[in-house]
Amino acid sequence: MEPLLTIQAPEAALFWVLAPLSVIAALGMLLVKKAVHSALLLAWVMITLAIFYIAQDAVFLGIVQIIVYTGAVMMLFLFILMLVGVDSSDSLTETISGLRPIAITAALGFGGLLVSLLGHATLGREPVGLAEANGPGNVQGIAVLLFSKYVWPFEVVSALLITAAIGAMVLAHHQRSNVRPTQREQAVNRFRSGSLAGAAGLPGPGVFARHNAVDVPALLPDGTPAPSSISATLKARGDVIDSSQFQLDNVDTTVKEEK
Amino acid sequence: MDINNYLYLSAILFTIGAVGVVVRRNAIVVFMCIELMLNAANLSLVTFSRINGTLDGQVVAFFTMVVAACEVVVGLAIIVTIYRSRRSASIDDASLLKR
Repeated sequence: MEPLLTIQAPEAALFWVLAPLSVIAALGMLLVKKAVHSALLLAWVMITLAIFYIAQDAVFLGIVQIIVYTGAVMMLFLFILMLVGVDSSDSLTETISGLRPIAITAALGFGGLLVSLLGHATLGREPVGLAEANGPGNVQGIAVLLFSKYVWPFEVVSALLITAAIGAMVLAHHQRSNVRPTQREQAVNRFRSGSLAGAAGLPGPGVFARHNAVDVPALLPDGTPAPSSISATLKARGDVIDSSQFQLDNVDTTVKEEK
Repeated sequence: MDINNYLYLSAILFTIGAVGVVVRRNAIVVFMCIELMLNAANLSLVTFSRINGTLDGQVVAFFTMVVAACEVVVGLAIIVTIYRSRRSASIDDASLLKR
């Protein structure tokens, strides 16, 4: 009897090229130091899986894999990596002693068991192939199943999606502990805060005509620098330039004749 | 080529993902390894769908993708929340229940 499903040479070639590459990328995910590199390698594994889906007559899933996984999910991962940034947890040092040998031994055991189990197991029938099931088209076939046999799980999954979206919003929501003061309240506070010196706003930085920049404190009428004219951030960074060189007493007023 | 090769690949990728979950310390990388495990399971579902000649396996793989998307959204929100309060994305630092 002729087997129902024969895997053609192009598909076999595709498999033997892409499968080692995906395994190498997956191993690289464990070994590279930076989380961003891990994310890129995972994106590559997902793309190879999408190609395998398409090669296995699961066109719809292949496209969805690219859109949902390599598109949405990996973008989300990279976005969060950008937010969280890189920190010491990227290092590959062992924090629990002896964890890595145990993990690798257990993985070899588990993987070997799984592979040998698959090698010995039989379904009791020949692989059928999807030529018949995909008769009217892969998308149509999945749609018929989704809206007849699996319509209840489909609805439940939609409820799960909405719950997850709301959950993410609740988790990401950041509540202010105090009410933000309005412009009116700020104005009232300025006039009632002890002295009236800052009521009209703080002086601006810079010495006009000599050095007009935010890192130089303004000079008061008596020639002394006004510390309140400098941003507190610049002060903490130590980026403030001494303004004494711009005082009138220190200005070199001797005129040199140009020849 | 035997169609079982796809299943072997799926098993290997699943194992690599499991090792990553145990070995890596960065919560985001651990999360990516969980995604790798889910993807490996999806590959076996698609392959079994082809072996059985029905599309049920593909529908289940589709549901897996939806659940994985939900999981990523909530999980990453939790990671960001933990990072906001502890300034670290390392899974070793979140050990409040131990003490």
